[in-house]
Amino acid sequence: MSYLLFQVSFVAYLAAAIIYTVFFFSQKIQVRNVARIVFVVAASLHTLNIIFRYIEAGHTPITSIHETISFFAWSIACCHLSFRWRYTVKNSGTFTSIIVLLLMLVSSLASREILPLPPEMRSWLLPVHASISIIADAFLALAAIGGIMYLLQERELKQKRFGFFFSRLPSLDTLDKLNQHCISIGFPLMTLGMFAGYIWAGQIWGGRPWHWNPKVVCAMITWLFYAGLMHQRFTLGWRGRRAAWITVIAFCAVLLTFWFVLSGGVTSGA
Amino acid sequence: MGHDSIVLLGVNHKKTPLEIREKLALTGGYEEPLKRLQELEGLKEYYLLSTCNRVEVLFVCHDPEQMRREVLDLLFAGKVSREEVAGCIYVYENEEAVRHLFMVSSSLDSMIVGESQILGQLKEAFRHAAEQKTAGMVLNKLLHKSFSVAKRVRTETQIGANAVSISYAAVELGRKIFGDLRGKRVMLVGAGEMAELAAEHLVSQGIQEVVVANRTLERAMKLAARFQGRAVGLDEVVEQLLDVDILISSTGAEGLVLFKKDIAPLMPRRRNRPLFFIDIAVPRDLDPEINTLENVYLYDIDDLNNVVEMNREQRDKEAIKARRIVEEETLKFQRWLNGMEVTPTIVDLRAIAESICQAELAKTLPRLNGISAKERKCIERMASSIVGKMLHHPMQYLKADHGCVGQSERIVQVRTLFQLNEHCGHGEQADD
Repeated sequence: MSYLLFQVSFVAYLAAAIIYTVFFFSQKIQVRNVARIVFVVAASLHTLNIIFRYIEAGHTPITSIHETISFFAWSIACCHLSFRWRYTVKNSGTFTSIIVLLLMLVSSLASREILPLPPEMRSWLLPVHASISIIADAFLALAAIGGIMYLLQERELKQKRFGFFFSRLPSLDTLDKLNQHCISIGFPLMTLGMFAGYIWAGQIWGGRPWHWNPKVVCAMITWLFYAGLMHQRFTLGWRGRRAAWITVIAFCAVLLTFWFVLSGGVTSGA
Repeated sequence: MGHDSIVLLGVNHKKTPLEIREKLALTGGYEEPLKRLQELEGLKEYYLLSTCNRVEVLFVCHDPEQMRREVLDLLFAGKVSREEVAGCIYVYENEEAVRHLFMVSSSLDSMIVGESQILGQLKEAFRHAAEQKTAGMVLNKLLHKSFSVAKRVRTETQIGANAVSISYAAVELGRKIFGDLRGKRVMLVGAGEMAELAAEHLVSQGIQEVVVANRTLERAMKLAARFQGRAVGLDEVVEQLLDVDILISSTGAEGLVLFKKDIAPLMPRRRNRPLFFIDIAVPRDLDPEINTLENVYLYDIDDLNNVVEMNREQRDKEAIKARRIVEEETLKFQRWLNGMEVTPTIVDLRAIAESICQAELAKTLPRLNGISAKERKCIERMASSIVGKMLHHPMQYLKADHGCVGQSERIVQVRTLFQLNEHCGHGEQADD
């Protein structure tokens, strides 16, 4: 059942991404409305998929590569929708739906077997640590999407050559606010997720929570990037281009951490 | 009375150089020339439009050739020679006049296609004509139609949505940088006319405060008062930039007024809030290097022109759509106008009477059993003669010269009384 739901939601995401892209070129409001509906439907199906998977596996489905990436895609979709609730960012749907689609594609290529959890993983801290971290990453992903949009738009404004993106992207101020909102939600969540991971590691490794493995180091570096950005924004009013660049670079670090986590085998010890 | 013609004559920016337009413009307002036109017996209805780009007279008369000469002599005599006027004036009649008016009202004939000022000017001009009762039934209908055509063009095409002039471009760019212009502050350095216009546009977008800096404080105060802002001296400009978000510079200074080194130290103190500089002075006031600063955007007059240019292609596409709307509406108006003549009204009247007659006969005759063909003929004849007698006076009323009620008014009365318009309206829809 969860397999079928995954396939269906994947197709729905594909449709949403295509319709959003059509809208990006044509700028017809009706097209966007259709895209929104399809995207919401896709996200709902995906939610069902995760619930069914939870029931089938008997534990929170964030343990295999397939599950983790799928959960990541789901979080981005939900974050995007939650932001739409509050305020509109013109045309961000196109970018988000494409990222979500790509993640779903990667996820569908990974093995979908439901693996039994090794005994040391059976802690209530696993779902807490993993889900909080992934949701944090989703907000940071949105910040990075906003950052890329900002850099594209800023380039057009600075060079005074108004091409394809100028009329299609929102104002710099909107994008900068998006960046700030996403990071001010994503960063505390990320901190919380890391703290949960720290406690959990302490449980597993018997009082020695700190290990010099690439995943932990990389996560630490990522955290420092965002901490630095937050600090500079609040004290010196760093914003705009610089903030956008750091957001994009820091998100690359997030992806690298993610890759270390997955390549190390999600379930092979913290 | 036969046919009346709608005649439009005028000059605009396309064919007439500014020097002549300046002379022809009705600078003294509409009242006086409208009064003078009253002297011309042959004019049945008329109205005048005068803007910085055009002067137009629209009138309804019986003898267009003669009236054209008389109107031109009356309005422009003494200002420009006849030959000069003849060289640049355009004359449209009937359908062409209607089309031209619709083109003007929907801003397709404007210097900046898609600008919305013209509609306001047109309404203003019509208001004067209506107050002086110089616009009658035809012009009332025509002018109101032209307003609705303009509205239709505006809602059905994107023609007005684009940045169409320098000040629109400034607003457009400001929106891309700040998102919302509400609550932002703008400073004018130098109190030129262009700067004033741009500021006006920005204020209409909800700018919170206007600060004016000028060499002579008096002029600055005057301009500031217009926007309920405040005036400052030129030496305070840099300090003011801490609070201001948009700066429009248009001083007559020979060299640069603001340099990169003036702005750079401000940015940390502004906590890097974006600054938008618009330099519309020639020669330039602002150092082009300023644009290299982070969160600072500098546009000079050429850059703004590029923004205007950029929209041209899109605008042309929209203009084609808009022209089609104008064309449609011209046809519709023409159809209405045709119905407003005596002969078609009589034809319509006869047709409706005939159809009522036939309908009643078709109801009654089958019920009368055993009547001969001759009797049948008699009844038919009686029905049609009742109808004919009933219509005799309305017909006479339409045709005769009436002292107190104008012919066009009588046509409207008869059409309303017999509901001919509704009747024809159905036919019109079927044609569409």
